Amino acid sequence: MSRILKTSILKNPPEVLKLWFSLRCLPVPLSVNMARPLPFKIAVVSTVLFVVCTDFVFCNSGRRVGDVMDTEFSGFSVPLEHSFEVADVAKFRVRGALMLKAGREPSVSLTQSQLSEEDRAKLKEVAAVDGLYRIRVPRVFLQADRQTERQMEGYLTAFVRACAMVESHLSDVISLHIDVSGYVIGVSIVTLPGACRGTEVEDEVDLEVFNTTLSVMAPVNAPGPETALFVERMEQESEKKGKNPQEQKSFFAKYWYLILGGAIFLMVTNSAQPPAGGGREQS
Amino acid sequence: MAKLIWFCLKCILLCSTIEAVFEDQVGKFDWRQQYIGKVRFSHFDTHVQSSKKVLLATENNVFASINTRTGELFWRHVDMTGPEGNIDALLQHGQDAVLVVGDGRQLRSWDINIGGLNWEIVLDSGSFQSACLVGYQDTVKHVAVLKKTVISLHYLSNGHQKWIENLPESETVDFQAVYSGGNGEVYVLGVVPHSHIAIVAYSLDDGEIIKQISVEAPWLSNIQASCVVIGQGMLTCVDSAAVSLYTLDLHVQSQMTQIPLQSLGLEATPGFQPVLVSTQPNPARPPLSEFFLQLGPEHHLLLQLNSGQIVTLRDFKPVRNCFTTSVSCVIYFSLILQCFLYSVFQLYVQAFLKKDDSVGYRAMVQTEDHTLTFIQQPGRVMWTREEALSDVVTMEMVDLPLTGTQAELEGEFGKKADGLLSMLLKRLSSQLILLQAWIAHLWKLFYDARKPRSLVKNDVTIENLSRDEFNLQKMMVMVTASGKLFGIDSKTGTILWRHYLDNIPSNAAFKLMVQRTTAHFPHPPQCTLLIKDKDTGLATLHVFNPIFGKKSHVTPPALLQPMLQSLMLPIMDQEYAKVLLLVDDQYKVSAFPSTKNVLQQLQEMASSIFFYLVDSNQGKLSGYRLRTDLSTELIWEIVMPTEVQRIVSVKGKRPNEHVHSQGRVMGDRSVLYKYLNPNLLAVVTESTDLHPERSFIGILLIDGVTGRIIHEAVQRKTRGPVHVVHSENWVVYEYWSTKSRRNEFSVIELYEGMELYNSTVFSSLDRPHAPQVLQQSYIFPSSISTMEATLTEKGITSRHLLIGLPSGGILSLPKMFLDPRRPEIMSEQSREENLIPYAPELLIRSEWFINYNQTVSRVRGIYTAPSGLESTCLVVAYGLDIYQTRVYPSKQFDVLKDDYDYMLISSVLFALFFATMISKRLAEVKLLNRAWR
Repeated sequence: MSRILKTSILKNPPEVLKLWFSLRCLPVPLSVNMARPLPFKIAVVSTVLFVVCTDFVFCNSGRRVGDVMDTEFSGFSVPLEHSFEVADVAKFRVRGALMLKAGREPSVSLTQSQLSEEDRAKLKEVAAVDGLYRIRVPRVFLQADRQTERQMEGYLTAFVRACAMVESHLSDVISLHIDVSGYVIGVSIVTLPGACRGTEVEDEVDLEVFNTTLSVMAPVNAPGPETALFVERMEQESEKKGKNPQEQKSFFAKYWYLILGGAIFLMVTNSAQPPAGGGREQS
Repeated sequence: MAKLIWFCLKCILLCSTIEAVFEDQVGKFDWRQQYIGKVRFSHFDTHVQSSKKVLLATENNVFASINTRTGELFWRHVDMTGPEGNIDALLQHGQDAVLVVGDGRQLRSWDINIGGLNWEIVLDSGSFQSACLVGYQDTVKHVAVLKKTVISLHYLSNGHQKWIENLPESETVDFQAVYSGGNGEVYVLGVVPHSHIAIVAYSLDDGEIIKQISVEAPWLSNIQASCVVIGQGMLTCVDSAAVSLYTLDLHVQSQMTQIPLQSLGLEATPGFQPVLVSTQPNPARPPLSEFFLQLGPEHHLLLQLNSGQIVTLRDFKPVRNCFTTSVSCVIYFSLILQCFLYSVFQLYVQAFLKKDDSVGYRAMVQTEDHTLTFIQQPGRVMWTREEALSDVVTMEMVDLPLTGTQAELEGEFGKKADGLLSMLLKRLSSQLILLQAWIAHLWKLFYDARKPRSLVKNDVTIENLSRDEFNLQKMMVMVTASGKLFGIDSKTGTILWRHYLDNIPSNAAFKLMVQRTTAHFPHPPQCTLLIKDKDTGLATLHVFNPIFGKKSHVTPPALLQPMLQSLMLPIMDQEYAKVLLLVDDQYKVSAFPSTKNVLQQLQEMASSIFFYLVDSNQGKLSGYRLRTDLSTELIWEIVMPTEVQRIVSVKGKRPNEHVHSQGRVMGDRSVLYKYLNPNLLAVVTESTDLHPERSFIGILLIDGVTGRIIHEAVQRKTRGPVHVVHSENWVVYEYWSTKSRRNEFSVIELYEGMELYNSTVFSSLDRPHAPQVLQQSYIFPSSISTMEATLTEKGITSRHLLIGLPSGGILSLPKMFLDPRRPEIMSEQSREENLIPYAPELLIRSEWFINYNQTVSRVRGIYTAPSGLESTCLVVAYGLDIYQTRVYPSKQFDVLKDDYDYMLISSVLFALFFATMISKRLAEVKLLNRAWR
């Protein structure tokens, strides 16, 4: 365990910094952890550190202890914008703010306001003509150190049918897809339920509050060929065979009677023939 | 490892079927055609009078010998692709052909009779300039190779180096040519551009410099382009600026003599760089004193150098009559130019003595469309080889048309109903036609039966083309890089039509689409070829009939804007032509055909027509929706950071693919439903970081309508090239693992789960749940060139992957082996499901090669098409060669075998029938007896 941690530290120098900072400003509970056996300890420490640190910074966000720490651990926010127009010309307005937290497992949270009366009416109108409800987020780089590097030019957009949005009473699932290095590459939105059945939403209250499920999707590591397990299984099988004495016997041990029988048969046929041949030769 | 392999073998033996070609089936269902490509060098084998060989070295790094009587290959050697196998020079002497390969890296000698390698040596590095055979006292024993800084002499018999010498002042002088006149000296000619010529003479025996002179020549920049050696070592150059010839005796003079062309009474075509051509029939003797001067594109002169004086022997002005007899046995050319439709690239002429001692000529002509034609003197074409087919870019298979009678019947149903009486009349008339055709057929059978069998011809021609019972014979429409289109009969490989498109840009991208199939009689089938210039993006359309190759009378729209995307829609116009949408760089959409009816249909459907664009330079994938006014709107966007990864390929599913089963039955009799999204795209990315530890490839599965990323995976420590096949609910890709240094296959399968969300219809807009993703990887023991999946009519037959290997084999790998549900530990349920236990290695079994010993060199693509039989899939592999065959992934379950015993089955049937009759009677009697008792 300790070895793995070391390599990961070597690979990502900022992480050392992170650990160091957290150590410096940590309150008491950590020293208790320190007393545990070593291999287990580091893992626990690192996770605890992480949790504590994020909490720590969260409470201290106003105080600005150090610039580096601040950018490392406080999330940063980008606007989540949406657009629904009867004319189908996108006009994006702010729907809420996405709080993104970088790190090993990036997380995201969303603060969003309610839909205004006007917007509700418009959304229903758009749904009636089978228009689109679009969202967009700016392109972001989660692992950047500085704020300026985080935002990049351009937007990522996605859409659902407005009617689906209405009929699901604004319950949508938004996921941000990031790539290996932490760039947000795409955003997707689906509603639950997803179908447009043409059911009327009478109650205006249903269209007031967004019921959003938010997630960050990192790429999955595709598996390679499983050789180790296979070889292990093969060995087990051969061991099993080894225990079975029947399998252990050599070729001769197994079939000695057949070979012996064959040999006797050959001998008999050989000994029977020469006199006949000889007889013919003589005559 | 041995155990591992042994186990795999056992598994495979247990659970797979044996399929192979019987010896008598060889060539029955398949054919192969071998090509060589565009010719670069050619030599007629002249050392034996009756020889019928011509040696060819081509741009595709192929060295081959062709029979001049038939045009067939004697032998062929395919070298590495790319600059390593590039053939720089071809020299021939007697039985030996010497090749310089790979920018002077290798020197090889081949025996031209059997095509065997005599010897091969590796030369020192250095960029190759020139090579020549060196003779002395009428025997040729050496070959000289000139490189940038050194000259080396090798024995012709074994390739050993006799001597190697550094060239003097090679930093300043650009040595370009080497010449030997058979007097024991080797001359190396170099030039300092716009200054002087440097001539170095080496002794043949020990490589000592005999003489080193430099001659003023401020007008000269390139020796090889403008100078030749004529007669007794007379270097002759042509200068277009001063319109004059310069001569220099290599042995004596140190000053060039200027001979203005005007003094010879000649005039050069303005703007044309004159070209000199000389011949040296025997390397041990000096070149001939006759030489050619080309003054204009169609103006050639035969000149002679006679004791320092240049005499015009003959002036070949553009001529109309071809193959006039020539005055000299010097090679002559330019006469045939007029005979050809396409402009001539290269021409090789063989002069020979006829039986009556007159001189005859044979010429091998290579034209712009890469056709090799061999012509004998009276203008008879002996053979042609379509070398354009060595570079097929894309192809389609089109059903053959119905015969006249079949079409008549089809037409009856196609037409609009007029009324009861007219329909009845129509039916009667078509029945009458059928009867007539049947009688005609009978008469023909009777007539043919009287003739001897050899006279009954069974050739495939364009007239008697018709669909067979099971639609196994199709028309292969092939598009080649040179811009020549071919129509090939898939059964025999006969070229039925060819059409050359001139003014095709050299870097064109082609897309071939079938707009109307043969199913809509009397409307002719229609194919559209989109030709796009990769630099400018400007595109043109060529609309043609795929059966006859004729250009269609339908005028395609002129495309003035650069094109971004083209897509075929399933909607048809009134004449049953599918609509082709073309998106230009202003994101405006135009339709072809664009009749009123089509535009109306488009308006109705606009809100459900989505398309996507890929910009790999910016790493951008974007989705658009059509508006009713045929403009588009951006609806989704995915951006890959180009500094991390770049998009390598985007693969959708084939539109004509059918999936028969919605799910898989599990061991416990429940059903696992497949995620069958027809709009799914598999996007493959490669990392820009090529370090083996950090490089990766990424696989994204994206819904093409909503832009939703269904699945995102990275395969770490791997790199491309990645080959992808995307079909049904699976994606198979192959990559190189930098960690384990081997090729690996990976398969992703998508399942909806145990319940189907909406079983009636699939809509990308309404699939809120992400599918289950299963993935597994395997080791593959070979690298691959290309990959494709089999395709059948209804999708009932199990799928195989067709893999083109660099070794020339085409492997048919059952998809069953690439199944992420292969269990590591066998359970009762997985056994019930017929799953093969997981083994990390996929083995190549020799029975899986569908092309047995018919090696297909440099496979670049495999095309699969369904046939009328569900069990049968037609396969065409193309690369340097073309190979066509049929595959039966689930064996021929719908075909009775050739040796099926009809007698036995019918006799058994009859016997059973009578047995039941008799036993019934007996039973009745018994019952009656019992009743009486």
